[in-house]
Amino acid sequence: MSEDIIKQIRSFIFENFLFDADDDSLKNDDSFLEQGVIDSTGVLELVDWLEETFDMKVEDEELIPENLDSVNRLSSFIAKKTQ
Amino acid sequence: MCGIAGILNISSDKPVKQEVLERMIFPVTHRGPDGFGFYVGKDVGLAHARLSIIDLEGGWQPIHNEDKTLWVIFNGEIFNYLELRKELEERGHRFYTNSDTEVIVHLYEEKKEKCLDELNGQFAIALYDTREKILFLARDRMGIRPLFYTMYKGSLYFSSEIKSLFAGNPSIPRELNPEVLKEIFTFWMPGGSETVFQGISQLEPGHWARVSVNGGIHIQEYWDIPFAASHVDSGKKEEEYAEQLRDLLIDSVRLRLRADVPVGAYLSGGLDSSVITSLIHHYTDNPLKTFSVTFSDKVYDEQAEQQEMVDYLTTDHHAEHCTYEKIGQAFPEVIWHTETPVLRTAPTPLYLLSSLVQRNKYKVVLTGEGADEILGGYDIFKEAKIRAFIKKNIDSEIRPLLLKRLYPYLALSPTKSAEYSRKFFNTDADVNELFYAHQPRWQTTGRTAVFFSENLKERDSAAGIRKLEKRFAEKLDGCDFFSRAQYVESKLLLGNYLLCSQGDRMAMAHSVEGRFPFLDHRVVEFACTIPPHLRMKVLNEKNILKKSMADILPASIVKRKKQPYMAPDILSFFGGKEPDYIDYYLSPAMVKEAGFFNPKAVSRLMSKCRKKSRQGFRENMAFVGMLSTQIVYDKFVRNFQVVQPEKLDNIKIIS
Repeated sequence: MSEDIIKQIRSFIFENFLFDADDDSLKNDDSFLEQGVIDSTGVLELVDWLEETFDMKVEDEELIPENLDSVNRLSSFIAKKTQ
Repeated sequence: MCGIAGILNISSDKPVKQEVLERMIFPVTHRGPDGFGFYVGKDVGLAHARLSIIDLEGGWQPIHNEDKTLWVIFNGEIFNYLELRKELEERGHRFYTNSDTEVIVHLYEEKKEKCLDELNGQFAIALYDTREKILFLARDRMGIRPLFYTMYKGSLYFSSEIKSLFAGNPSIPRELNPEVLKEIFTFWMPGGSETVFQGISQLEPGHWARVSVNGGIHIQEYWDIPFAASHVDSGKKEEEYAEQLRDLLIDSVRLRLRADVPVGAYLSGGLDSSVITSLIHHYTDNPLKTFSVTFSDKVYDEQAEQQEMVDYLTTDHHAEHCTYEKIGQAFPEVIWHTETPVLRTAPTPLYLLSSLVQRNKYKVVLTGEGADEILGGYDIFKEAKIRAFIKKNIDSEIRPLLLKRLYPYLALSPTKSAEYSRKFFNTDADVNELFYAHQPRWQTTGRTAVFFSENLKERDSAAGIRKLEKRFAEKLDGCDFFSRAQYVESKLLLGNYLLCSQGDRMAMAHSVEGRFPFLDHRVVEFACTIPPHLRMKVLNEKNILKKSMADILPASIVKRKKQPYMAPDILSFFGGKEPDYIDYYLSPAMVKEAGFFNPKAVSRLMSKCRKKSRQGFRENMAFVGMLSTQIVYDKFVRNFQVVQPEKLDNIKIIS
């Protein structure tokens, strides 16, 4: 399950923010902020995608880097929200 | 207003030909559709396309001095020409026209390059001294009127627009400069005198050049925005600053209404253009015709505010309504006029607006540009203040939320979480860094590099910033961060984007001259003497301007939260019917041939756009930037073409 989700997250991130980068250019623990993958408006794109794909609602107070700032963090966040 | 072009032989001994001058001046006929004039010597040629505004009968150029040893062509206006002429006549000079141009030759006769200190205006000047065999070029202080040049095979070619250089001599290389392209994808515009075309430079604002036959080119700055010199607190009260500013602006508006044709005004709905229209209404007897852009997309539209001013001043008002399709359709034509890649579509509505002005038979409009830069209006200044405030107490959970207040007009608000705010706005940065205020913007914009080709990626990304540091460090030494931000914004955003790509080029495309009361150098110099903490008082932008105008504006306009002028970007191409040309300019083959972007990344962005999902700042800038780069490549490098007439109509002077 979590591997599938990680795959899904990576594919979304590459498709929408990295466009044509090599697969090894982003590790699952890399911070999106520090790697410059996502800018301030990118976070909202990410939230749109989460809400649509996983049928969940992301609350304002959940919009924090601890939940959203790497592939692994996203995967845990999705797991927590959808369990 | 006008277009100018010319040639000076430096080491070449090929005589200058009239026919080459005609090929150069024809492509800028939109700048001056009323007729042409030429001066042709053995080593020099001057060409002029005229838009008649002052001295409709007699002002044909080139214009000479009493003994015909000095010849001038000129694009722009000298607003204080009546005062200068009176003084010159008292000193014995004889005039043969009533035009403002003629004061230049007489003043130059007396003072050489020091003549520029006396001119209150917006201009690009080319003056030939037949005795000394010297060509003198000059540009106004803020860069309102353009002037480009290149050296090719021993000759200097210059013109109001780059297309003239390429049309005049088809052997001049037409190549895009990858370094400058990287600057554009960081700063939004070229950082200095280089253009996106290899070997083609602009004469910078506030500079003159002396070029001599058998000699070389000497370029010198004669004026710069004096932010750095403004740190002595005069002890004046806010009210005194406000009163002085008002007096200066009234005079600036009066001077800028001098014309032998009717003068209109742009009205955006914001504070600055409201100030200008209200000053015209209250302090002059000019019948007021106003022009506005409206948008079908409500995020960008300011129609309600525009209407409020129209009702308040009862002006004769006209609006150009912009839909996504209209902006998308006009965009390639807009890029033919900007002659440089842009990261925003925002010039396009102004191109459509100048067409509306032209259809109303107006040639001159007053506009509000410059107030944000010189009087402290932009959000980037506010953002810098908030970042500095956060830095002072870095552990505060509350302070970062101030950033939230900053960008409510954007549907895409980045500032929901304090932690994100901190990261996106780099609140840990040191306030003393030279480009403190601009770093977050440049960093965000620089992320468009994800679309670059390998070739472009390999080039040093920091080169552009280092060049800027070299140019600005000394000038800004000891300057506070707020003034530094204003200076950088005035030099880059205003000088190298707003006044050219979005200003001169969009208005002149339809033979319309913009005039800018806030950019009268007396106003600019005065604004620099206002202490930085009063320019933006706490977070109240343009504090002194608001104080000085409150009694001649509706309170709602003064109190209104600032909305920056923007147009829909990606949506202009994908929000309605997609223009056919998108697949041509951005086809993988064309992208590969141009060599600047990664075709696969471009295609992925296009599919993302076609899905009409939410797009971030970076994607919007990248898309418009790449599309415009490809258009520049196609129209100027690959398929450059100006269909020249067999014979120029309407030649008025050949000397």
